Amino acid sequence: MLNKIYDWVDERLDITPIWRDIADHEVPEHVNPAHHFSAFIYCFGGLTFFVTVIQILSGMFLTMYYTPDIENAWKSVYYLQNEVAFGEIVRGMHHWGASLVIVMMFLHTLRVFFTGSYKKPRELNWVVGVLIFAVMLGLGFTGYLLPWDMKAVFATKVGIEIAASVPFIGESIKVLLAGDTTILGAQTLTRFFAIHVFFLPAALLGLLAAHFIMIRKQGISGPL
Amino acid sequence: MQRGKGMKFVGDSRIKATNKMPNVPKDYSEYPGKTEAFWPNFLLKEWMVGAVFLIGYLILTVSEAAPLERQADPTDTTYIPVPDWYFLSMYQLLKYEFASGPWNIVGALIMPGIAMGALMLVPFMDTSKERKPFKRPLPTAFMLLAFAAMFYLTWESVKNHDWEKAAKQGAIVEKVEVEFDTESEGYQIYAGSSCIGCHGNAFEGGLGLTLIDTGLTAAEIEEIAHNGRGDMGPGLWKGTDEDLKVLAEFIEGLKSKE
Repeated sequence: MLNKIYDWVDERLDITPIWRDIADHEVPEHVNPAHHFSAFIYCFGGLTFFVTVIQILSGMFLTMYYTPDIENAWKSVYYLQNEVAFGEIVRGMHHWGASLVIVMMFLHTLRVFFTGSYKKPRELNWVVGVLIFAVMLGLGFTGYLLPWDMKAVFATKVGIEIAASVPFIGESIKVLLAGDTTILGAQTLTRFFAIHVFFLPAALLGLLAAHFIMIRKQGISGPL
Repeated sequence: MQRGKGMKFVGDSRIKATNKMPNVPKDYSEYPGKTEAFWPNFLLKEWMVGAVFLIGYLILTVSEAAPLERQADPTDTTYIPVPDWYFLSMYQLLKYEFASGPWNIVGALIMPGIAMGALMLVPFMDTSKERKPFKRPLPTAFMLLAFAAMFYLTWESVKNHDWEKAAKQGAIVEKVEVEFDTESEGYQIYAGSSCIGCHGNAFEGGLGLTLIDTGLTAAEIEEIAHNGRGDMGPGLWKGTDEDLKVLAEFIEGLKSKE
């Protein structure tokens, strides 16, 4: 049955090459932990992606309760944390996942660095990886404000002041992020929400796509 | 050109192995050792690694609840903020003299900017063909140095932060209310003393703890008024012993409605 559906689609859209590019390829021995245990260092990138997927899923569920408004943001998080069934788990996964994704990404970066895998022809993939790193830090920074608790507001205040100290464009960045030249308030929260939930994830998905397409095009770097 | 299942590929992907693109990697079958199909063999093993990781992740999630401090009060200027742990090294950097005050730009922008820029440009600076870390000592040394610096800064920042105070300043304080008669003798004494400054107009607490539901006896309360407890210093009671006795009994009776 499945084969018939596949053939029906394949006859019209020629999906076999797509399938081959995504899934049907060989994995060399030197990155396979089943053959060499030390090859687990090659799992860090995949695990980063795994946590990213969990972040996206848990984040989608969080927005079913979260309200990006200074009156209700904290209350909605408090309610989610203490009243909603499994709310504590979903929020907990999103909270700890935010840290784990940074840890795994850091380990992945070190693996790529120390195996020299960024060398020709993979320079561009390294650059895209560093951009992903920056986007992830941006997601961490913007997500920190959303619960609208004490540490959220005051840490964001410091962060925005740092952004404002950029020469020439600092003030513009500040207004873009905070929505006002002096107030850190309702506008800031909605902007951070939009950046955290729409802008940065969109950028992240684009960069991840580029990252993965490049890996498939070039293959994994050979053994050391 | 053959289409559909059974299609033959050259190399690992659909890139044609012509001489036009010398960067096309060799087919994995040319590597020594055992290659394995990604789907489904390798993916299954990867999923097992993922499952072990997920177990650790879930244990962390259920054993340590995500923190939530009290609702933001932007007017509370005594609050000392601290960023998430992965920004702590940058946060610590801003505390040093060469990177703060008039030199703030050094710590806030120049040093992190150089670090991020250098990271981005690594493949264009380290262009040798050598891949083994010990055979390219400079890049390896720089990375280890950068890692050590970040580790040190984070360590210093964690060490110098007063975590106990941080937990206290952000704690969610449940509002307990109590009914009392502002005309009563006990409240008159309370309002006339310095107690009200720290413990609040309605005993709700402030700098000091709440006086509602203390579970203390009048004698214990008198003793604390004289000798202090915790952050409260001794000798704060300046009134007469008779007044204190009335006040202590009044406080003993402050019980919130269930």
